[in-house]
Amino acid sequence: MGQIFTRSANVHSRVLIFGFILLVCGAGWVTSAVFWSPYTTYVGIPQEQPVAFSHKHHVGDDGIDCRYCHTSVEKSSFAGIPSTHVCMTCHSQLYTEAPALQPVRQSLTTNRPLQWNRVNDLPDFVYFNHSIHVGNGIGCSTCHGQLDQMPLTWRTQTLYMEWCLECHRAPQNFLRPRSEIYNLHWQPPPDQAASGARLVREYGIDTSGRLTDCSVCHR
Amino acid sequence: MKQEAKMWRSLEELAETPEFEAMLHREFPRGASEWTNEMQRRDFLRLMGASVALAGLGACTKQPIEKIVPYVDRPEEIVPGNPLYFATATSFAGYGQGIVVTSHEGRPTKIEGNPEHPASLGATSIWAQADVLDLYDPDRSKVLTNGDAISTWSIFLEQLTQALSAQSSNGGAGLRFLTQNVTSPTFAAQMQAIREKFPGSQWHQWEPLCRDAVHEARAGGVFGAETIYDFSKAKVIVSLDSDFLSQHPAALRHARDFAARRRVEKAEGATMSRFYAAEPTPTITGSNADHRVAVAGHQIGELAAALAALAGAGGGGGDVPPNASSWVWAAAQDLRANAGHGIVIAGETQPPAVHAIVAQINASLGNLGSTVRHAAPAEVSPVNQRASLQSLVEEMRSGAVELLLILGGNPVYDAPVDLDFAGALRKVKLRLHHSLFADETSRLCQWQLPATHFLESWSDVRAFNGTATIVQPLVEPLYEGISVHQLLDAIVQLPARTAYEIVRATWEEGNSTSTFEAQWRSFLSDGVASKGEGAAVPENSPQPAPPVPQKSAAVARNKLEILFRPDPSLLDGRYANNGWLQELPKPFSKITWDNAALVSPALAQREKLQNGDYIELTFRGRKLDAPVWILPGQAEHSVTLHLGYGRQRAGRVGTNKGYNAYTLRVSDALWQGTGLTIRKTGRHLKFATTQNHFTIEGRDMYRAGTLAQFMKEPSFAVEMAEVPRREETLYNPDEYKNAGYAWGMVVDLNTCIGCNACTIACQAENNIPVVGKAQVIAGREMHWIRVDTYYSGGPDEPEFHHQPVPCMHCELAPCELVCPVAATMHDAEGLNVQVYNRCVGTRYCSNNCPYKVRRFNFLEYNGALSPIEKLVKNPDVTVRCRGVMEKCTYCLQRINAARITAQLEQRKIRDGEITPACAQACPAEAITFGDIHDPKSRVSRAKARPLDYGMLAELNTRPRTTYSAKLRNPSPQLKS
Repeated sequence: MGQIFTRSANVHSRVLIFGFILLVCGAGWVTSAVFWSPYTTYVGIPQEQPVAFSHKHHVGDDGIDCRYCHTSVEKSSFAGIPSTHVCMTCHSQLYTEAPALQPVRQSLTTNRPLQWNRVNDLPDFVYFNHSIHVGNGIGCSTCHGQLDQMPLTWRTQTLYMEWCLECHRAPQNFLRPRSEIYNLHWQPPPDQAASGARLVREYGIDTSGRLTDCSVCHR
Repeated sequence: MKQEAKMWRSLEELAETPEFEAMLHREFPRGASEWTNEMQRRDFLRLMGASVALAGLGACTKQPIEKIVPYVDRPEEIVPGNPLYFATATSFAGYGQGIVVTSHEGRPTKIEGNPEHPASLGATSIWAQADVLDLYDPDRSKVLTNGDAISTWSIFLEQLTQALSAQSSNGGAGLRFLTQNVTSPTFAAQMQAIREKFPGSQWHQWEPLCRDAVHEARAGGVFGAETIYDFSKAKVIVSLDSDFLSQHPAALRHARDFAARRRVEKAEGATMSRFYAAEPTPTITGSNADHRVAVAGHQIGELAAALAALAGAGGGGGDVPPNASSWVWAAAQDLRANAGHGIVIAGETQPPAVHAIVAQINASLGNLGSTVRHAAPAEVSPVNQRASLQSLVEEMRSGAVELLLILGGNPVYDAPVDLDFAGALRKVKLRLHHSLFADETSRLCQWQLPATHFLESWSDVRAFNGTATIVQPLVEPLYEGISVHQLLDAIVQLPARTAYEIVRATWEEGNSTSTFEAQWRSFLSDGVASKGEGAAVPENSPQPAPPVPQKSAAVARNKLEILFRPDPSLLDGRYANNGWLQELPKPFSKITWDNAALVSPALAQREKLQNGDYIELTFRGRKLDAPVWILPGQAEHSVTLHLGYGRQRAGRVGTNKGYNAYTLRVSDALWQGTGLTIRKTGRHLKFATTQNHFTIEGRDMYRAGTLAQFMKEPSFAVEMAEVPRREETLYNPDEYKNAGYAWGMVVDLNTCIGCNACTIACQAENNIPVVGKAQVIAGREMHWIRVDTYYSGGPDEPEFHHQPVPCMHCELAPCELVCPVAATMHDAEGLNVQVYNRCVGTRYCSNNCPYKVRRFNFLEYNGALSPIEKLVKNPDVTVRCRGVMEKCTYCLQRINAARITAQLEQRKIRDGEITPACAQACPAEAITFGDIHDPKSRVSRAKARPLDYGMLAELNTRPRTTYSAKLRNPSPQLKS
């Protein structure tokens, strides 16, 4: 009985075997690339809004404090989106005729709220609380980046759980003094390891692993 | 040491039937985990293939962009993300109960008790908890209708004005109002104004849960006066068919006071009250008695007379049924020995004569003035409601009524059947029904006006002792609802004022405007507008004449008796469309979604009845088919029918569920009557009962003893099972030791009355779905805390035991070891947490849980909710989807909220700062929660009690939830 497989079968099988491995690896690579790409994470993609609101102008140029608009950041889970009335405290005097602000004026006259597109959005099974992060030495820019340089706002972090855990595993790397929370240009000092450890003690943060318990964020 | 008395949960278990044995060996009840659709294997595989492919693709969708919507003008007090709390009041059969309602951004989501209110003291009933679901009921009446046509308020006002002007010529002689029980001062003032304008008009009241017998008894000589009991001072309690712990305007208060006398901290000098109950059908109240006898309803009168004679209150005595002879003797002995510290209480279901006898006993023993006192009626116009309705129907039939306004209630459904209310109603020229739902009565009226829910509009209400509360709304009416006050105002003047103006005007009267504003604000913030313990009725008022024993009943001894009782969940039917209450397992029978005709085991044996067999009941010439349920402890010749079911137009949830007991309820037998005959029909109904779900074989889940036994050997309960040392495990025994908080819970079985409030409170707090009757039959109910009922003794006169069972949060949790994806694991503070986003639904954890407290989302129970139904959900708790396991979290959201507050204030969480929903609702304060690392915390002290035991602790699970064993305090003169 003759050979069943010809010599070329060796090549075919090699191509098939390695090709399959390559395909699996490639598919994995593509999946991972898509998973981490701005297409999925929205990182770095400016979000269209009904009003082209510029943090760059309001924070960078005008120097308005974060808490002027995000009033509940220190007392609630939700930092708060300014009501139309808050916008109009200034814009009833400034740029009163600007076409860009037409939706704001319309909201005021019709008593219908503006509908913004969410930039930073967590899944519904995650319960993030702004007040405790701000109260325990996490500054705005740690998560929201250099807002004073964003004409339209974008997401600066993936908001994946892995990213949350970076800090929850080792908060000392990210903590800053309470006076620097709203400073968007704060940079970790060279001795962050030491000062961070000191702040951990000062704020009474449990670093025994408690912060990585599921129940801290999921309920 | 094993427990002496065998504990059993159902008659099947007691009889050890083969079906029960087979069921025991299954993880879920039969059918819960089976594929029941008649689908072929190939279809199944095809679908699964498609599902896998779609699931893979579905996972590829990226996060959608969501909207974020700020206020146009944020109200000052609202901080988005932080709830607000408002004090207001709900009502039980017209009597106020103070509540505090949680509001998330203007959306009421949860009802808790108001600690300042005397009828609540911080606790809530199942009905108060479920009220918030009614608010968001999509079946509520939404618009005014005239016949079948949608109409408007202004068109209605035109027609009303026309009809009223026709009436004004004859002083309103054809104008009639029909309401339920009314305790609202504003309502009274408005009726007064109407009577001034239309002197011929009449106001009638009919409450299916009417308390005519209590009113007729004329406490302190005043019609309608309330008798107020102080159970915290009572050493001996004798209840004659009274359900004072559950279906009573002061039930929550009674439960708190009763529990205070039952709680035992240590063996030394321990005291408990002794409680005797005689009743024809088991109630929550009777199940807590030290000595309970099953006595037919119509024999209670004789029993009362005998008790009076033996207790030295006079009278000729009565003919006592043999099973109660030693009971009545011992009760009388105890009452005499504790004169001035006893309470005898009769139920609303008993005739006025029994109440008169009871009043006589209390007076002659010196209880009056100490544990019992009288107060002026809470009702603004107390009347005999049966007579009131009767006279209205007669007038309607004679054609004297031309314009009838039915304000609330549903008389076409719930009026005594012999009055033929529906027939008489058709004779009225213009009929109007103002109600939350377009129901049976609305259908027979030309006009249906949607009423506002009490969370939508202003009103006021008095509690049993006269304490008034301003009912303040939390939301604008969701639909075109009209407040009853606005409607009444429109009769007197146009344009009608708003409900707020009307209520405020009532309270402002006689006050100076300058000081009233501050007063009004304190009314609203406290939830108590007047302590007004009512104008006290003079205690030296003439006593009723010596009681006359009823001799007539003797002839009926062995005749069947029919009992009408409010349903334990739906009451008179007003909550029929409430899914939470429909699915709440009823006490004892644990039936959901249906009512049953309750029969005694002896009667069932004689008539060869099985659970679910239909019988035809014939009473006073009327017939009704109803399925039976054999209930241990039911009086032998009594058949109990629960009202509230068989609704024709309740809504999607409540229509056509169960049978309508009102079709047999006649006006001279509102609560009980003899002359019933029954016949087995051969039809059968499968009940959705959870009675045997999650049963565990042959273990001492429930430990009970007597006070005497406890005083002799304080650790008897602990010694019933041997707890292995912590080290005796294959796993790291110290894995879950931490230095911070360690959460734990104690359930005191000694004070738990079995009222189910914890179950509903948990459901409301934790977004627990309603699954429906078919799913309950399949064993898929979702309650995170269930109340198990155990019996001990024989089936005719058993003792009852209630045991709430939440997750035990075992330190060495069996569920965690078997989860392949680590979706259930421990946190540092000892919580056994379920991580929904990790769970893949293997259900191994539930299989391995010895307590059977895990619940699986077999279907997408939250999938079909309309936008309005979603509003009731608690935003701080994840809404679970299909394929996910869930269970009690110790109200993790409340723990985290307290932790964040404490951390921001740089302090430790205080003891008592965290109260899980179940503990907060509990009227008996039977549930204690806190940090067990803090030796001074209430929970640590409770765990230090000698009665404290862990359920199945012999398995070395180290449960964080432990129980205080049940104690009874039987009379030494009677063997228990």
